[in-house]
Amino acid sequence: MGIEVLFFGQLADITKCSTLDLEYIGTTDKLKEIVFGRFPELSSVKFAMALNNEIVIENTAIKDQSKVAFMSPFSGG
Amino acid sequence: MEASKERYLRQINLTGFGPAGQLKLSKAKVLVIGVGGLGCPILQYLVASGVGTIGIADDDVVQLSNLNRQILFGPQDVGQYKVDVAKEKLLLLNEAVSIQAWRKRWSTTDCINYFKEYDIIVDATDNFASRYLINDGCVLLDKPLVFGAVSKYEGQLAVFNWGSKEKTVNYRDLFPEPPMANEVLNCAEAGVLGILPGIIGVMQATEVIKLITGIGHPLVNKLLTYNALQQDFFTIQLKHNPKAQHFIPATIEVFKNTNYEWLCSLNLKDETEIDFEKWLEIKHSSVLVDVRASFEAPRLDAYDPIEIPIAELSLNWHKLLEKQVVFVCQSGKRSLLAVKMMLEQNPEARVYSLKGGVNEMLKKNLI
Repeated sequence: MGIEVLFFGQLADITKCSTLDLEYIGTTDKLKEIVFGRFPELSSVKFAMALNNEIVIENTAIKDQSKVAFMSPFSGG
Repeated sequence: MEASKERYLRQINLTGFGPAGQLKLSKAKVLVIGVGGLGCPILQYLVASGVGTIGIADDDVVQLSNLNRQILFGPQDVGQYKVDVAKEKLLLLNEAVSIQAWRKRWSTTDCINYFKEYDIIVDATDNFASRYLINDGCVLLDKPLVFGAVSKYEGQLAVFNWGSKEKTVNYRDLFPEPPMANEVLNCAEAGVLGILPGIIGVMQATEVIKLITGIGHPLVNKLLTYNALQQDFFTIQLKHNPKAQHFIPATIEVFKNTNYEWLCSLNLKDETEIDFEKWLEIKHSSVLVDVRASFEAPRLDAYDPIEIPIAELSLNWHKLLEKQVVFVCQSGKRSLLAVKMMLEQNPEARVYSLKGGVNEMLKKNLI
């Protein structure tokens, strides 16, 4: 029981991991808070969140066993 | 069999593609902005596939450090303009394709003048200023955009502005504001695996061909992330973000006068940020300008602000002349942007950003 968190691009450089298994957390806002507590540097960079492969625009309830992705903007070409 | 038919026989023979698909390609006009790691493979495949008209734009010259990924160029081309070398080599691949080359960094005026000549725009640039400029131009001028970007061992791919206007999304629905300067490393700083822009660029070219010929399911309103180290694809569904439209210039005229280079070179640490106590000191001699959109809550009625959403700011400088101005927004980021915009208008302006914005005021029970 719990949720899987994925970090992409330079977010994974900050967290030093590309996936993280966490205990169940009820909402995307609460998850952000917990992730920021663990990796304070994340709170100062831009990212988008996706819950079960769908972009999160506002605070959303998370179901158990969900996958939450933190996506970073890429500029290179 | 005529030579042109034989040339494209392998794709003409495909079920669902056929001579009709080839005819569509031959009539299509595609603009590829950026002739670098993404642009080279995109152009090679679009030219080889028989896309009729292709525009290319880049202001850079070939450098030795480009050659690990920019496969149209060799050491003999170092120092020459990329568009010149690219045009010459692409015509050797397929002389039937018409190539229009611009030796310039793409500007807002270029979007306004030339987007209308093309069916599809391809973002193959390497910086956020160009990416936001091209995105906003495509939204305002209603052009489909095939987006690709890379970082180290990962790449992103998306198709924006395709389909009915109510349902389309654009890059700002994903990332409404550009990152601050130094927040994201570019390829020169972070490095990039040479083959990675090749993979992403070839996928961009695939999307272009799908859009033109109508085959398959293009990556519309989705973001695909590719990881070369894991050999893994991850796709997410995008949707409309109400915040996004407030960052896109409200009109083509505002767009024309927006300086994207400068917007994307902002540095968060700025002495123009003031806290709530400092603001109270200058409150009597200044005006408070709320740059949030009208739907953002709570409103600041108790503090009697002038309300000008940031996307409309450049139409409203006349309201702020000769005044000491304190900008406020939800978190303190847009207000800082507003400070920079106003200072660009008038370097002598007395202008501040309220640090932490409405969120900070809420924390302190000031609203």
